[in-house]
Amino acid sequence: MNFTRRETLALGAAAMAVAALPLPALAKTTDELIAEFTGGADVADEGVELDAPEIAENGNTVPIEVAAEGASAIMVLAGGNPTPPVATFNFGPLAGASRAKTRIRLAGTQDVIAVAKLADGSFARTSKTVKVTIGGCGG
Amino acid sequence: MISRRDFLQTSMAATAILGASAYGNWGRLAAQQALTQDQLLEFDTFGNVSLIHVTDIHGQLKPIFFREPEVNLGVGGNKGEVPHVTGADFRRLYGIDDGSPSHYALTYDDFTALAREYGRMGGLDRVATVVNAIRAARPDALLLDGGDTWHGSYTCHHTQGQDMVNVMNALKPDAMTFHWEFTLGSERMQEIVEGLPFAALGQNIFDAEWDEPAELFKPYKFFERGGVKIAVIGQAFPYMPIANPGWMFPEYSFGIRDQHMQQMVDEVREQGAGLVVLLSHNGFDVDKKMAAQVKGIDVILSGHTHDALPEPVLVGDTVIVASGSNGKFVSRVDLDVRDGRMMGFRHKLIPIFSDVIAPDAQMTALIDEQRAPYKDALAEVIGQTDSLLYRRGNFNGSWDDLICAALMSEREADIAMSPGVRWGPSLLPGQDITREDIFNVTSMSYGEAYRTEMTGDYIRIVLEDVGDNIFNPDPYYQQGGDMVRVGGLGYRIDISKPQGQRISDMTLLKTGEAIDPEKSYVVAGWASVNEGTEGPQIWDVVESHIRKQGTVSIEPNTSVKVAGA
Repeated sequence: MNFTRRETLALGAAAMAVAALPLPALAKTTDELIAEFTGGADVADEGVELDAPEIAENGNTVPIEVAAEGASAIMVLAGGNPTPPVATFNFGPLAGASRAKTRIRLAGTQDVIAVAKLADGSFARTSKTVKVTIGGCGG
Repeated sequence: MISRRDFLQTSMAATAILGASAYGNWGRLAAQQALTQDQLLEFDTFGNVSLIHVTDIHGQLKPIFFREPEVNLGVGGNKGEVPHVTGADFRRLYGIDDGSPSHYALTYDDFTALAREYGRMGGLDRVATVVNAIRAARPDALLLDGGDTWHGSYTCHHTQGQDMVNVMNALKPDAMTFHWEFTLGSERMQEIVEGLPFAALGQNIFDAEWDEPAELFKPYKFFERGGVKIAVIGQAFPYMPIANPGWMFPEYSFGIRDQHMQQMVDEVREQGAGLVVLLSHNGFDVDKKMAAQVKGIDVILSGHTHDALPEPVLVGDTVIVASGSNGKFVSRVDLDVRDGRMMGFRHKLIPIFSDVIAPDAQMTALIDEQRAPYKDALAEVIGQTDSLLYRRGNFNGSWDDLICAALMSEREADIAMSPGVRWGPSLLPGQDITREDIFNVTSMSYGEAYRTEMTGDYIRIVLEDVGDNIFNPDPYYQQGGDMVRVGGLGYRIDISKPQGQRISDMTLLKTGEAIDPEKSYVVAGWASVNEGTEGPQIWDVVESHIRKQGTVSIEPNTSVKVAGA
């Protein structure tokens, strides 16, 4: 699927509801957050896509993209951040596609996790390790 | 009926391997008598398409000595796999006789003795002769440049890449991809690319602000050759803003982007490509993984990690060709493409023995014209060397030992760090060291030699970080350089461990004491990726050191203990 920049931005604006998450007194673990999102249901390993760089060019602004066909919501977690919740994208029935793109800040090398609530009410997750390095020397 | 796989493997067996020729043992005739240009160029033209691949020339217009690595360790699934095979093991693997021309060209041992026999390699005027010969046999052969071309020498530095652009344009490539070129800065890069008479490709070169394909670089280009619609897709070095100073080209973002690569392959196939060629600066292990992840690539012309392989490596139905560096080799790949499919191939890694292959006179004149304004500066003798000076190796090289010694003495530091780059020709014992030689191993647009304080713990973090760029078992997380070289510091590395657990036993060599994580040490280094780095240029530091030494001698480096290999 291809989107132009304009479409992606419009899509993001229409479909995205990024919760400004208040700082919890005690940061919940990613497992707790996932359990909260899924209500404890089983989570499949296939059904949600997460695109993120293998190594971040700048840990302060890492482009990521999540997509899951027909999903009503996709939660993104950065397990290694002081506060792991990044965003939950909710997609209404009029959303053209359950796909969202944004940039996130990563405190260091860690797994970024996406959990989707699919059209049939089941859940799927995926994750990708994003390295944040201090820079090296190329061949 | 013969399946495609069978056909590929049959062709594989027929691959022309220069190393299979026997040239006897020690005391043989000099290269120009034992080898002929006809032998080096011998190739039974095959199929209907020819590809010519050059890569990682690093500004080397003239013939050079270049010693291949002794230590080149693979991890994970690539442990013990080519290109992570060196020396006698490499020769046994490819049936190369000890003391043969291929021994000298492709492996490290007995380098000095063999170099004296066989002479220098490379030189773009010899490369021109080879390219012209291939074009004589196949006039519409595609010449593809894998990048790291406009970088790496005195003249390249002082002309901001113009010498290489002029010479390569005369060679008439059809397409190119990039790495160090970006360290000329995005403005200069744009100026050159806009005037290029061939395609500048990179499907992974994105606009950093919008995360969309950059306009200046196209993802692919179509060529009609031998009745075949050929798509050449470019892949620039994925980790440019991390391994090199991103502030010099802030408009661009890179990355591996294998999903986008798959889209590009699907797109060109839909448009009728009968052959999909990936011109890649990924590095060999990354290309192997990409060949497995992305479906539909026929040939990967692999660059970046400077590996020279006498046979292609097959991953599924994808043929991966690695063509060495510094102008030492040209690869020729002939393909039989029919009915929209690659049916077979024939390949030869052509070593450019400069005393055997006649230089192309026009190209020699053009090269000399680029060098003429700098003749005296290039030729000035700074000192001599008693030792073989080389760079390649995962942990150290004698050139870097010399550079680290220069940094420690000239900058009065406890510890020195030198980047693990893989470019830079070698010098034989007894040779003069000229200014050109020093620039060949140090030239870059961010060569300032810094002097700073680092705690023992921070030094360990640096070593761990760079170590993971090489020894992460997943190739997509590797950046393709070697380990940062250190002077004044010993350590142990277990390459089989994860990041944070590889480095131990750090020792300050001048006192023999263990490095204290809390204590600060004076560290001198160069090639920082940070903006605003201050200090004298590294080539001036090295020149000053060599002048004081007169003749340099480098003791074998035993300061790094390697485990887990």
